[in-house]
Amino acid sequence: MTELTRRMPQAPHRPRRSVVLTIVMALLLVYTLVPLAWLVISATKSNSDLVNTFGFAFGHFNLFANVADVFTYEGGVYGRWLINTLIYVVVGAGAATVLATLGGYGLAKYDFPGKKAVFAIILGAIAVPGTALAVPTFLLFSKVGLTNTMWAVILPSAISPFGLYLMWVFASDAIPTELMEAARVDGSGELRTFRTISLRLLVPGIVTVALFAIVATWNNYFLPLIMLNDPKLYPLTLGLQQWNAETVGVGAKPVFSLVTTGSLLAVIPIVAAFLLLQRYWQSGLSAGSVKQ
Amino acid sequence: MTSQISVAPPRPRAERAAPRTKHSPLKRRISAAGWGFVLPFFIGFVLLVVVPVGYSIYLSLYRNQLIGGNHFVGFANYLQAFTDADFWSGVLRVSLFLVVQVPIMLALALICALAIDSGRLHGKSFFRIVLFLPYAVPGVVAVLMWGFMYNPRAGLTGALGHLLGFTIDPISTQWVLPAIGNIVTWEFLGYNMLIFYAALSTVPRELYEAAAIDGAGAFRTIFSVKLPALRGSIVIATIFSIIGSFQLFNEPNILRTTALGIIPTNFTPNLYAYTLSFSGNQVNYAATVAIIMSVFTAVIAYVVQLRGSRKDA
Repeated sequence: MTELTRRMPQAPHRPRRSVVLTIVMALLLVYTLVPLAWLVISATKSNSDLVNTFGFAFGHFNLFANVADVFTYEGGVYGRWLINTLIYVVVGAGAATVLATLGGYGLAKYDFPGKKAVFAIILGAIAVPGTALAVPTFLLFSKVGLTNTMWAVILPSAISPFGLYLMWVFASDAIPTELMEAARVDGSGELRTFRTISLRLLVPGIVTVALFAIVATWNNYFLPLIMLNDPKLYPLTLGLQQWNAETVGVGAKPVFSLVTTGSLLAVIPIVAAFLLLQRYWQSGLSAGSVKQ
Repeated sequence: MTSQISVAPPRPRAERAAPRTKHSPLKRRISAAGWGFVLPFFIGFVLLVVVPVGYSIYLSLYRNQLIGGNHFVGFANYLQAFTDADFWSGVLRVSLFLVVQVPIMLALALICALAIDSGRLHGKSFFRIVLFLPYAVPGVVAVLMWGFMYNPRAGLTGALGHLLGFTIDPISTQWVLPAIGNIVTWEFLGYNMLIFYAALSTVPRELYEAAAIDGAGAFRTIFSVKLPALRGSIVIATIFSIIGSFQLFNEPNILRTTALGIIPTNFTPNLYAYTLSFSGNQVNYAATVAIIMSVFTAVIAYVVQLRGSRKDA
């Protein structure tokens, strides 16, 4: 059957569906979904049900009370964390996307003295572990009074060498140089060419870079952990970790339902963004990141 | 040569543009525009990457002592690190993690990508998107979830143990490293799958047809056509995974808060550097540890890339 379909000229590459393969992959799918299912189920349970019932069994449906608790506990600090996270994402990831887009475009489509050196330095930086930067950055920031401010999280998030690399690979394919030269002949300035012609062609690449920057900022833990002391400045990740820490040790508070429900609420927006924008980032990725 | 892609720049078309006189105003304008586009990123990069790296190197050559203050010690911090058992036990642990977890994760990711690309699956786009989802889940949340499920009393492993008749406690000195390996695999399986899948989808379909005409079966096609085409992305994924393993911090640090006494402060080199600088107030030594780990990472990544781009590899 496989051989037959292969030989048919209309469908040169459409092998038969394999049930065995589908079952094997379904097992991996279960592995992927089990923790998420656990999280969704747990978010609907009260504290006592969380401890006393089987993890994948529903208890009393307590989701709305949990959500209300999450947003009122400790004077509604969760809402504050959510807003902080949004600020970090919008400003930090936004700046990262803009800088990477401009820089990647410049490196891909222009020739200028020093370009090779710039490029080598930036690529080398991809291999520098982010955590190796954190301590010296913290010390430098504390000298200029930036630690324990929002800028301490935003500024380092704004530089994404990987985003620049993605954008550069994407731009060199997506924008025909002939088009830019035609615009030049028509008397268009470089900035205008960028705004009116190139930007549109770069959209899938920009969405891809933006999404990865958003995920990196939304999920950032190490940088805020080092930079911030004041819980009022925490992003969701750090806040959830703080609540989690409250469940153990001396004076432990049984706030498990806050941790699980708060976690679920922290996951939903970012997963939604990925699902809604998948058409863009999937094309951006296949065109860009792994080009031969 | 073609497979040496990970960092090889695509040839900018500008270089091949029609020849112009060397210092024409147009060319100068274009060149200035190029710098203009790159400059904002470059300034930020210098301030937030180059300067901290330089400062880190500076710190590693100094020592701050009660008597004598801050003074130059040359490579004394490095010598100290090379004989520091606390540091090396962490290096060994992440190396073990690297040689066990990374191959398992990448092999699974490769199988997933090949399966999805083969067109033999029911609902392939559903598989692709669901397997990728954990990447979007914050690492903190992933660790919290697995931490709960690892709980032998209320969690999944307790129930599973009941079913099988024996229990292992994932949060114990013996099992915590595999337990972390499982969390990391869960987080990044789909991400690596997507990298491989994206590379597979750029393979020209005519190659498959040619292989089929030559009588190659599915497995033969995988080994002769698909895997060679994937070599570049396998190198990239391996390098990113090496960096990730050597940087291991978030998972053990979050588990630490609820698994009291199981994970020591020198569990990974990063955790060690973090503890040194923020609890031990030894920033100079912490910087040294971070630099040594960066050099290790760079050397191993470089070796992987060299081997990966060899024709007969």
